Amino acid sequence: MYHLALKMLMGDRAKYVMLVGGLTFSALLMTQQNAVFQGLLSWTTSHMRNMRASIWVVEKNVEQVNETKAMRDTDVNRVRSVGGVDYAVPMFQSILKARAADGSDKPVQVIGLHGATLVGRPPQMVRGELGHLRLPNTVVIDELAVQRLSVGRRQPLALGDTFEINDREARIVGICRTERHFFGYPYVFTSYDQALQFAPRQRKMLSIILAEPKPGFTAEHVARAIERETNLKAFTVPEFTVATIAFIWKNTGIPASFMTTIILGFIVGIAVSGQTFYSFVLENLRHLGALKAMGASNGLLARMLLLQAFTVGLIGYGIGVGLAAGFGFAVMPVGQPPFLLDARSMLITAVALVIICGFAALLGIRRVARLEAAIVFRA
Amino acid sequence: MKSDYSHTHAPDGTAVRADAVTKTYGKGDSRTVALKQTSFSTREGELHLVVGPSGCGKTTLLSVVAGTLAWDQGQIEVFGLTLNGLSQAEITTFRRQNIGFIFQQFNLIPTLTTVENVSVPLLLNGHPRAVAETRAVEMLKEVGLADKLTKRPSDLSGGQQQRVAIARALVHQPRLIICDEPTSALDSTTGHHIMDLLAGAARAPGRCVIIVTHDNRTYGFADRITEMEDGRVKHVYAGPELHTFIQSHR
Repeated sequence: MYHLALKMLMGDRAKYVMLVGGLTFSALLMTQQNAVFQGLLSWTTSHMRNMRASIWVVEKNVEQVNETKAMRDTDVNRVRSVGGVDYAVPMFQSILKARAADGSDKPVQVIGLHGATLVGRPPQMVRGELGHLRLPNTVVIDELAVQRLSVGRRQPLALGDTFEINDREARIVGICRTERHFFGYPYVFTSYDQALQFAPRQRKMLSIILAEPKPGFTAEHVARAIERETNLKAFTVPEFTVATIAFIWKNTGIPASFMTTIILGFIVGIAVSGQTFYSFVLENLRHLGALKAMGASNGLLARMLLLQAFTVGLIGYGIGVGLAAGFGFAVMPVGQPPFLLDARSMLITAVALVIICGFAALLGIRRVARLEAAIVFRA
Repeated sequence: MKSDYSHTHAPDGTAVRADAVTKTYGKGDSRTVALKQTSFSTREGELHLVVGPSGCGKTTLLSVVAGTLAWDQGQIEVFGLTLNGLSQAEITTFRRQNIGFIFQQFNLIPTLTTVENVSVPLLLNGHPRAVAETRAVEMLKEVGLADKLTKRPSDLSGGQQQRVAIARALVHQPRLIICDEPTSALDSTTGHHIMDLLAGAARAPGRCVIIVTHDNRTYGFADRITEMEDGRVKHVYAGPELHTFIQSHR
């Protein structure tokens, strides 16, 4: 009987297309918005993937990775003295003004790396040599910086070209590839000492201390030890990720606005699919009554309705997630909007569609269960 | 284990017996008594017509006899099996195994082909799809629709649709065939052909056909006619009385 249930469903073209269309739209909306939201969240923690250290030590009032509260330079040595710390290096981080060729000022994210070790170096060099950062006035910029700071130039910025950061000349010795940052500013890597030259002088300049545990020590264990002994705050990467995302959830309207759209997608799915499927059942009530008269049990009819509902659900899910993935492929080369389609996002959409289809089928099942087979004898 | 009701039998050859059946619709002011202590019986091998004016309870009688409608009082026995006390699931199983239906509105599923429509009772009785469709094709050939196997109901005339409905009612060889106004939507030639098919089905051993009808053109095919009025059986015509009744309604 199940193949006939599917023929009954697909034979009613208008309803079938409307059901699949509604579920596709719902799946697309939920998946695409979730993927953009996940992408945005991943941007908030891109610092940690761009600089890669096991332990991030910050001033005790810092709540998330994009926040900077300066520490004393001597704090590096205090962290180094904690048992279990293999090494700890200073890092400078600040948003400074860089001047493009057309004279306009562009904000850039200046990262000052420990000169001797270059710990916190960018993940992938595209051109140039990272070690040249030890030369005076040198920087390594990311591809976004090339794009932003080349405004007004005939050729894009290249190795050997110069530009100004806070009125000081910076010479490009490398171009790297980074993950985009939440604030959207391009990265400019330089040495720690050079960064202090670019930045306006303040009493305290140390932004972050990057540390690694000794072999045999876990990052969590060492982080707790640092906090105990230095009165600073130490995060492992997972801890800093959770803290950063929690900060975004708590302090910005971004999650609420995305959740609203995702919930709207769910409601559209429930409303369109539930209503359409219910009207499909109502239109077929005589035929379902005839089947009941001929001996189809309530259980069989319920299974037929579930099969119909979940078939359109599966098709709608496939098309919807496929379209969302297509959107992702289209925008990823451009770099925005952010897009991160992971298995969890697809699972959330799948669970939502199971609820939508289950609800739609339940409406029909309730109606059919109450249906008297004698309906077929009424004119 | 699934129940098997396909071999029950009344020793005296009674196919259907309804004793003092009452059926009421609605409550309070809208309460309508459709069957008032109605008694009815028919025998195996009979084509039994139930006639009477609109609203006299014919279709309600047909519905309770078929087990598609719950009744309030009285006893119903079909092929020796008392339906009183059976659960809804058991009555459904009984119907599936023993009853074929022909409806006034045909009630063919519009998105299925004639073969698929006819195969439904066999599929419901657990036959594999290939067997069900083979037997459906044979049945459609018997009712003269060999060239319409892949057509959908909307591609067929009213008479052809009713023949598909007859094929569907007969394909699983039910012992009781229940028909609600099977000829009302058909011209006289087609109606005559349909009645020929039903009369043939009724004469098969151990079978019985009950037809509710307003169409006096069908009276000549009956072995017995029950006339109803106001929820009660007014008279049962058989033998010479039946002949007189048929003559008087020509």
